[in-house]
Amino acid sequence: MRYIRRFWGYTHWGKVRTMKNVTLYTKWLGIVFAALVLAACSSNDTKEQEAAAAAAEQAAQEAAAQEAAQQQAQAEAAASQREAEAAAAAVGTIFYFDFDSSALTDEARSQVDAHIAALLGNNDSVRLEGHTDERGTREYNLALGERRANAVRDYMVANGVPSYRIETVSYGEENPVAYGSGESNWQQNRRVELK
Amino acid sequence: MLMRNFFALLMGVYVSCASAELQIEINQGVENPTPVAIVPFAWQGVGSAPEDVAQIIDSDLARSGQFSPVSRRDMLSFPSRESELYFRDWRAISAEYVLIGRVSVGSQARIDFQLFDVTRQTAVEAGTVTGPVSELRMLAHRVSDQVYETLSGIPGAFATRLLYVSVTRNPEGKDFYRLTLADSDGRRPIVLLEGRDPILSPTWSPDGREIAYVSFETSRPAIYRQNLLTGQREQLTNFKGLNNSPAWSPDGNSMALVLSKDGNPDIYILNLSSRSLTRLTRHFAIDTEPTWMPDGKSLLFTSDRGGRPQIYRYDLRTNKIDRVTFEGPYNARARVAQDGRNVALVHQRDGRYHIAVFDLVTDRLTVLTETSLDESPSIAPNGSIVLYATKRGEESILGAVAVDGGVRFSLPSREGSVQEPAWSPYVTP
Repeated sequence: MRYIRRFWGYTHWGKVRTMKNVTLYTKWLGIVFAALVLAACSSNDTKEQEAAAAAAEQAAQEAAAQEAAQQQAQAEAAASQREAEAAAAAVGTIFYFDFDSSALTDEARSQVDAHIAALLGNNDSVRLEGHTDERGTREYNLALGERRANAVRDYMVANGVPSYRIETVSYGEENPVAYGSGESNWQQNRRVELK
Repeated sequence: MLMRNFFALLMGVYVSCASAELQIEINQGVENPTPVAIVPFAWQGVGSAPEDVAQIIDSDLARSGQFSPVSRRDMLSFPSRESELYFRDWRAISAEYVLIGRVSVGSQARIDFQLFDVTRQTAVEAGTVTGPVSELRMLAHRVSDQVYETLSGIPGAFATRLLYVSVTRNPEGKDFYRLTLADSDGRRPIVLLEGRDPILSPTWSPDGREIAYVSFETSRPAIYRQNLLTGQREQLTNFKGLNNSPAWSPDGNSMALVLSKDGNPDIYILNLSSRSLTRLTRHFAIDTEPTWMPDGKSLLFTSDRGGRPQIYRYDLRTNKIDRVTFEGPYNARARVAQDGRNVALVHQRDGRYHIAVFDLVTDRLTVLTETSLDESPSIAPNGSIVLYATKRGEESILGAVAVDGGVRFSLPSREGSVQEPAWSPYVTP
């Protein structure tokens, strides 16, 4: 299921679904039209008529089965999307970084993965806010905060989230979570927040 | 709020903002500071004097660390004219210089003053300053400037102003920011802009009439310029990504700034009349914190193109970039003194961030501070003192240190934090 969701995600799930529905509808119209044409045919060959009717019935059954499968897939996709969104909510929206680093830690990566899974199934836009600890100069820290936000964005884009749905902004060392000094406070401030 | 403050400014009535007001604590002066007696100035007007002019001058000279003003309690007489002055009264209390004067207020305020050398028993300076009645404190600072220059040989920088960001912490939500303008002694603070969105990088135009800063009020950073007399405000940039570190060119015609719209933080120059933007640096590293050399022919900036942040110089004539600092793993946010030689910067040593001065002639770097989270250096227009932000407990305070390291004082806010000081240029009265 995860694979399928991802696959659709790559090709933009919303559009794929709409396209499939149109195709199905067209197929139905085609079958009904073919049956009508066949019924109206003035041929005396009943065998041919029977065969045509059987073919039409079979086509209708196949289409119905296909539609049922489609509906089931949609229901499953919706359920798994709810699941993915719950998983994303569970991992939280704050990703922490090591000192002077904009590389995603293993933990941050698995958190971001959960959000990517949710984003691939919806059309939400996100804002990534980069932050640093208080060490060093404010303007340089604005640039570091931007590197962190960009690192999360780039990872999301590489995994299929369209870049136009992601906004990044850096606050540098402004708006700290913890006001004090020392590593226990600093580590809470080196972060990217997803909003 | 903004307009009200500007009206207040125009009317000459200042809105006092107690929470943003700075206090002054002198931590260290020079050895054997010169004893100076600043006698209470005679008030020639109705009622009582609106300001104690002598006290303002006294505090200015004390804050410089180079003088030790004589206490009024020790003075044997309070002369205000030369005819009332007896040198023996001042020799008796070991004052080396005596300053006397008179204050009058009509359509304008006027201060007359005379400075005497007690040892040589002679007048060394006499002068008069005049200006709007509402600017009496600034007139007193101008007397301090003249006295300081006579006694030290260096122009004073008391009749100047400070721009800084005051922050009230809010652990439950967003912090509250106030862009504040105050006299150089921290008095008469006026809030120019306030809100829950960060305000950063305040800076002055070379004529001291305008300021520029970064505000996040649109939920993204943008650079604004604001006229201090009219209150007129204009958003200068609104690019995707960083819009920060505005720095006015010495001729006032353009502004260096940092944008990351093309992928990475790079230095650009915005021509303020044509609005054309010229890209200076083009590097995948962080290039930020541009600052102009006083001759306007080159800029210093911070870059981590060598792996760690260091100061580089961009020559506008040759478009060449050279690395300036090599000592230590972190040198950033340079500010150049008017002499074009001393550069104040943030220098990291043993994991601690100090304010240092780098001499562009000798390439010598001297660490000036002992605290560990120092940032945002700003040099007084006379080049003598570096103002900076540091941390005391959970709050940020301002510190000041002489470029030669001899004098230190701190300027904590009465309430909350204060950060990113920007010392004004000399303002033509």
